[in-house]
Amino acid sequence: MDPVTSSTESTEPFTDDAPSLEVSGLAYAYPDGHQALFGVNLTVCRGERVALLGPNGAGKTTLVLHLNGILDAGSGTVRVAGLPVAKRNLAEIRRRVGIVFQDPDDQLFMPTVREDVAFGPATAGLRGPELEERVLGALKQVGMEEYAARPPHHLSFGQRRRVAVATVLAMEPEILVLDEPSSNLDPASRRELADILRSLDVTVLMVTHDLPYALELCPRAVILSEGVIAADDRTQDLLCDEKLMRSHRLELPFGFDPRSVSIPSA
Amino acid sequence: MGAGHAHKLYRHGHSPVHDLPPHCKLAAVFCFVLVVVSTPREAMWAFGLYAALLAAVAAVARVPAGFLLKRLVVEVPFVAFALLMPFVVPGEQTSVLGVSVSVPGLWGAWNVLAKATLGVAASVLLASTTELRAVLLGLQRLKLPPLLVQIASFMIRYGDVVTDEMRRMSIARRSRGFEARGVRQWRVLAASAGALFIRSYERGERVHLAMVSRGYTGAMPVIDEATATRTQWAYAAALPALALAVCLLGWTL
Amino acid sequence: MGVETVRTPQEAEPPMHVPDGFIDAPVSVAAGVVAAGAVAVSLRGARRELDERTAPLAGLVAAFIFAVQMLNFPVAAGTSGHLMGGALAAILVGPYTGVLCVAVVLLMQGIFFADGGLTALGVNVTVMGVVTVLVAYGLFRLLTGVLPSTRRSATVSAFVAALVSVPAAAAAFTLLYWIGGTTDIPIGKVFTAMVGVHTLIGIGEAVITALTVGAVLAVRPDLVHGVSGIAAPLKLRIDGELVDAPAATRDPEPAGAARSTRGFWITGLVSAFLLAGVVSFYASADPDGLERVAADQGIDEKAEEHGAADSPLADYGVGDIANARLSGGLAGVIGVSATVVVGTGVFWVVRRRHEDDHGTVSHDHDHDHDRDRDSGNDRDRDRDNDRDSDHGHV
Repeated sequence: MDPVTSSTESTEPFTDDAPSLEVSGLAYAYPDGHQALFGVNLTVCRGERVALLGPNGAGKTTLVLHLNGILDAGSGTVRVAGLPVAKRNLAEIRRRVGIVFQDPDDQLFMPTVREDVAFGPATAGLRGPELEERVLGALKQVGMEEYAARPPHHLSFGQRRRVAVATVLAMEPEILVLDEPSSNLDPASRRELADILRSLDVTVLMVTHDLPYALELCPRAVILSEGVIAADDRTQDLLCDEKLMRSHRLELPFGFDPRSVSIPSA
Repeated sequence: MGAGHAHKLYRHGHSPVHDLPPHCKLAAVFCFVLVVVSTPREAMWAFGLYAALLAAVAAVARVPAGFLLKRLVVEVPFVAFALLMPFVVPGEQTSVLGVSVSVPGLWGAWNVLAKATLGVAASVLLASTTELRAVLLGLQRLKLPPLLVQIASFMIRYGDVVTDEMRRMSIARRSRGFEARGVRQWRVLAASAGALFIRSYERGERVHLAMVSRGYTGAMPVIDEATATRTQWAYAAALPALALAVCLLGWTL
Repeated sequence: MGVETVRTPQEAEPPMHVPDGFIDAPVSVAAGVVAAGAVAVSLRGARRELDERTAPLAGLVAAFIFAVQMLNFPVAAGTSGHLMGGALAAILVGPYTGVLCVAVVLLMQGIFFADGGLTALGVNVTVMGVVTVLVAYGLFRLLTGVLPSTRRSATVSAFVAALVSVPAAAAAFTLLYWIGGTTDIPIGKVFTAMVGVHTLIGIGEAVITALTVGAVLAVRPDLVHGVSGIAAPLKLRIDGELVDAPAATRDPEPAGAARSTRGFWITGLVSAFLLAGVVSFYASADPDGLERVAADQGIDEKAEEHGAADSPLADYGVGDIANARLSGGLAGVIGVSATVVVGTGVFWVVRRRHEDDHGTVSHDHDHDHDRDRDSGNDRDRDRDNDRDSDHGHV
């Protein structure tokens, strides 16, 4: 455990058996009056990999931004491993919830890969050899350790996405939240990223439009539609329910039959 | 401008000048230019010596003369201004090639040309031997407010990203048959500029989200720092020190 | 100062700035102190407005200013103009962040492009950052405060603000040159030339700035500094029905930012008047000698004549007032006042013509801007995952 965890653990209830993520009754409207969430309930247990599906404008990104307290719940609660998302816990919540944003250019804001991966742990107070070790470890997990000294702008898109995952892994999160991880990746990079994600021993919530990718990586899926969770089931069962899929503007790629797919074991 | 390690003027290489810590180089160049600017214009020989000093630095840094000279075109608009001076400045008249020009005007033109050229040359030498990242570390080390250094750092990181977006928008416009011919097309161009602003600002917001998601609360962790030994400082100080000697001579002679 | 040149995007360079040796060392240092002070105030102000978002937002806006300065605006027959961006920055992100962005852009241009002398950095930041931003923002706030809150008024305010800010910066430069110029060019000549040329440049700057601000207003009015949205009560969707959600306690928005901007526009306006008045006052210090030299050299014929040559303000001297200096100063002040009055008049006309409009900025649909709307994303889509098209990584 790093220094940050130990300091908050003493003051906040923390139980090992609490689910990684617990969202209840979450509603939110943007300051301009547009309401995006209308009472979301969702529980993700430790070690699960869950796909969050939904049409554009369903409120997926809005929900994600509540998970680490960037948006303040208008109504309802979010708990991460038992710890409520609230102002006083924000530092610890943000260490526990690792969000990988859709555009790696947004995520990689430091001049070099090494500094970028170091940003999270360094902000939490880690320094010196410990920090170096953490950075190298995270880069190894995504197979990017050779690129530590490179500026992010000089990497390919797939490499940048992997480094973005590393920046979050370096914080040793309780839950990894990925926003459209497969978007804009060529098939090889897509495969590499899937292998990396499967190799990680961490709870994953994956926001995606890429239904085959969801099926491949996540045994369970939920559909967020019009600001509420409209369905929650085994991914394969959800994808096979044509009526449900159609009613939430979800479409499988041409020629893809979820029934015929054998799911690789986790 | 290139992100991270390389930028337009930077010439990769290993030389004693490349290896000097960035803050030493920044301080040296700034002091040098300040000394040059303070030199009386009548001491024409002093400017020759300054040029010789810079040539020596360029030689040590292995920056080719052609590269340096090409970069001086940045001055051109002001050269035009300087060339006007002999004609518009009142005062004692003299005849050059049969044209009547004013003596103070000539001095003024010489003064601006000499000093601006030396200033540009010194800056080009700095930029061609120092990586972007290093300059930021140097500025940070020279006690520029951290927030300002961060803003500069973000600007450099995203300069290419925003310029690329602008280029893509231009391609998209032209692909749809748009051609900017004159003032009538300004509305479309300005709409692009507006869209570019919105994209940049929204990216700024998303970058901020990505930062707070990793624990940012307003202070950037200092991960790297530029350090310099006394010897390195001494090397860097050679240029402004010699220049200062020349300048003092210029005032006394 | 911005010098309009022809550039292709491939060889695009930032505009030209004051080099070393143009202004003497003491005044350069003094301008450096002024610039440093302004930057320090802006750092504090920006922090107050943007909080910890300052660094990424100002950095991205600086990158935007840097990029947009390279955008070619063709005028005619192969010539083109470029935005300087000071007024645009001031209007879009406010005075503090505006000053910071322009200062950082100038700093980076000075170091990496050798554009603008390192010792002239203070002069450049003072003239192009501080003066431009203050004058533009001051006028913009004043006008939008006086005029009805429609998108059209905001656009016209932006036009006037940018139009005045460019010659104001030129006047500020002239003032610095007058105090610390390395050559005694007759100051009246410099003033007339600088302000004349920059009024022309200012028209281009003003058109582009106004159009750009208009484009931003059409898509994200909330991003234009000082315009804010309205909140509606929250709802819960239970079994498909919408019901009111229990209210949660929220931190109220800091009110300080809005109040502090008021001071800024007052400062900006006052400095505009001061600059115009004081500089004109001294600019006309010795008009006789200068005119004679110009006539001797045969330059008079070439000097630009502008449309107002026959007006009472011609040559920046009010004819009936005997004291030349006083009249010059008065002319400057009258010039600024006239601009404000004309601008205000335009707004009143606009307001009267649009009395039946919805009145609020966000609802002011203008068919001219339909295209702009298409190019932007609607907000909820933007907030969600549909960003692929936006960033076009192909």
